[in-house]
Amino acid sequence: MTAAASPSEDRGHLLGFYVVAYIVFLYLPVALIPIFSFNDSIQAAFPLKGFTLQWYASLAGNAAIAGALVNSLVIALVAASVATLCGVTVAYLDVHGQTRFSALVSGLSRLPILIPGVIVGIALLILVNLIGLGPSRTAIVMGHVLVCLPTTVVIMRGRFAAIPKTIAEAASDLGAREFLVFRKAVLPLAWPAVGSAFTLAFLTSFDEFIVAFFLAGTEPTLPLYIWSQLRFPKSLPVVMALGTLILAVSVVLVTVAELLRRRQPRMAAGR
Amino acid sequence: MRAGAETGRNGSAWRFSVVMSAPGAAVTFVLILFALALVLFLSLRGNDGSLLGNGFTTGNYATILSDDLYGMVMLRSLAISGAVTLATLAAAYPVAYFLAFRAGRWRGLILFLVTLPFWTSYLLRVFAWKIVLAYNGVLNSALLSLGVLSEPSLLFLNTPYAVVVTLAHAYAPFAILPIFVALQTIPGSLLEAASDLGARPARTVLRVVLPISMPGVLAAALVVFVPTVGDYVTPSLVGGPSSTMIGSLIQAQFGKANDWPFGAALSVSVMLVILATVAIVRLADRRFGSRS
Repeated sequence: MTAAASPSEDRGHLLGFYVVAYIVFLYLPVALIPIFSFNDSIQAAFPLKGFTLQWYASLAGNAAIAGALVNSLVIALVAASVATLCGVTVAYLDVHGQTRFSALVSGLSRLPILIPGVIVGIALLILVNLIGLGPSRTAIVMGHVLVCLPTTVVIMRGRFAAIPKTIAEAASDLGAREFLVFRKAVLPLAWPAVGSAFTLAFLTSFDEFIVAFFLAGTEPTLPLYIWSQLRFPKSLPVVMALGTLILAVSVVLVTVAELLRRRQPRMAAGR
Repeated sequence: MRAGAETGRNGSAWRFSVVMSAPGAAVTFVLILFALALVLFLSLRGNDGSLLGNGFTTGNYATILSDDLYGMVMLRSLAISGAVTLATLAAAYPVAYFLAFRAGRWRGLILFLVTLPFWTSYLLRVFAWKIVLAYNGVLNSALLSLGVLSEPSLLFLNTPYAVVVTLAHAYAPFAILPIFVALQTIPGSLLEAASDLGARPARTVLRVVLPISMPGVLAAALVVFVPTVGDYVTPSLVGGPSSTMIGSLIQAQFGKANDWPFGAALSVSVMLVILATVAIVRLADRRFGSRS
């Protein structure tokens, strides 16, 4: 549907300008972080003082940051794995099983969208204290599984629903039992979506702050470390260098996830 | 699925659904349902410093209802996140419209660009606004060098407006996708029909496109409203004392104030407000659904 030759041509251009302005507004504040991370001044203010890599250099020898980075990576890996496993199974049963129970679980798994992070945080804080686990990395993993679950379920549901049911039916008619149908017929077609769901869950966990804030024990994640540094003006340039690296990695991972997601239709069509 | 478990095949079907259900059921029942039930339980207990409190009481809710502070902070949270939701929707709608009807070959790229910030650190996006709005920040230095101001203004940071702007920016990408998906379902022939019948573009948008896309708009409103109403990062970074929101109060009960039952009661109140909002949105959704 393209703009037909109509009096709305001008309006179309206006709309285009608006979209460009919107994208600039979206990126401008965020772009300040990389800019000031190379600025040779403690103050995050214009005019820029000069180019420096010293903030990045001081990142390298910082043991606290290295520890927080490892924590974040481990937590994100485990949380994304669990959330993806749940997303795949919940979505598969919702699409192919169609029992009332699987529909209920699927509905519940999307519920965290409607729960603010603060409440997810305190609910799990009470839970982990009750079972004697206490605030810890495991507790953060539990919290992040909840936060990521709606994303993985929605992505996998979309993918499973797009795979023609006839493929599973054909496999089943040829004598394959449920496990085999799932593993050999349906899952191979859904792999790119699994990768996409995992990557996005990983990123969500890696960047998550509010839930981790309640559930962290003595080992902070990277966002928690950043938060603890925000009140010291002296450490802001280093925080911005760190933030720039995180932004760069996030952008690369999102791009990968997007490419994986786009590969889906072609793959399905190819079979 | 379980009908006719006589054959071995159905036995395997049953095993399959048990194994496949286990992870999702464990997570949703324990981490969601049980954990939320714990919050509800704790909200009805007295605070004696122990994990689950002692004695059953409705005192926590009585305090929330009788002390004006909580009502005021709740109203302020609703006002701020309501303003954020409206601003986000108004800004996002034209973008979604452009994506659905005008973007052409640029669609993939623009869609990618507007959703990218969604996956980058929320903390950093909020922090970026602190750099913009601070006393010696970007906005002040820009206005100084343009000669608009003669000295830096303190008025940008630590106001409710700063919270609204920052949150509207941080949650901007959330609103575009649901609206775009709803707009995509509108067949082009409908717009041509409106135009053939003499409707000008503005009228077409107002009378045809907007009502049909309403479910997407309402879904977008929810995904912006829910997280912002409980937010406490933004108010504490850019809002100052005059824009404390309910999330900050909840957080304080589990931190400094150390009154978990009361914090749980505040959380339940927020969830009730959210449920009420969802119910209203559902009703509105049905109304628009029956019209189109």
